[in-house]
Amino acid sequence: MNDTGTYRPLSYFQLMEISLRELLVEKGIVTEDQIAEEVEAMRKRGYERGARVVARAWVDPEYKKRLLENGTRACEELGLEVPALKLLVVENTPDAHNAIVCTLCSCYPRMLLGIPPEWYKSRNYRSRMVREPRAVLAEFGLQIPESVAIRVHDSTADMRYMVLPMRPAGTDGWTEERLASLVNRDSMIGVAVPKGPND
Amino acid sequence: MPEPLFRPGERVRVLKAYPLGHVRTPFYIRGCTGTVERICGAFPNPEELAQMRDGLPPQPLYRVRFLQKEVWPDYRGAAGDVLEVEIYQHWLEKT
Repeated sequence: MNDTGTYRPLSYFQLMEISLRELLVEKGIVTEDQIAEEVEAMRKRGYERGARVVARAWVDPEYKKRLLENGTRACEELGLEVPALKLLVVENTPDAHNAIVCTLCSCYPRMLLGIPPEWYKSRNYRSRMVREPRAVLAEFGLQIPESVAIRVHDSTADMRYMVLPMRPAGTDGWTEERLASLVNRDSMIGVAVPKGPND
Repeated sequence: MPEPLFRPGERVRVLKAYPLGHVRTPFYIRGCTGTVERICGAFPNPEELAQMRDGLPPQPLYRVRFLQKEVWPDYRGAAGDVLEVEIYQHWLEKT
């Protein structure tokens, strides 16, 4: 059964996943409960952790410097555990807008942003984002002026990427929590920018 | 980590090779020339890992920056638009 309640035969990879899972349980390497817990934890993980990192970088220039130098260590500083995540944070500036894609599969900083949206894994996004990023961003409602360079990051190997968006105008003196509420998932992938009170 | 052969700022060309098996160098970037943006460290070779071997010695991994207009001759967008791709050292050569 799928989400819509219609029956479809299992695909090759679904069958492989079930076989592997059953084997791991049978051999006592993991238990059914551990698998269920991990799936539940994965589902609960949202993009809020990423937003916290962004807000801290907005209020603390020294933290931002460390974040851009070594993303993984800077996350750990905030008490965020990001095992196996080699994080590269790329900064949006008035001259450059960054966006993330994985053309080979769907690499994504799950520990910070949660489960990737369906479109991120689509063939359409993955193939067109490296070929005509301006057209793709426009479809997301984001018009980037020609004076701003677009940097598309294809995460083809061991690093994972997160965009550090620009802090919206009109947010002087805001607390970190309030700032974090402006940061959504899409702005950390780079297909949107956070909106401030003046936007 | 093995000594990296290339430095940030250096021009490099991606090999125009088409080996079979698990490869992390995207098709569209093979044969293109770019500039090393940074060295990311060294990692076991994924092509070897996919064959259940240990992938050692680790391969230095680079982020290479390519001008969109050089990757796609008919690219529509600003001249400064770039693509950055992670490429293992054994896929790169000096220009």
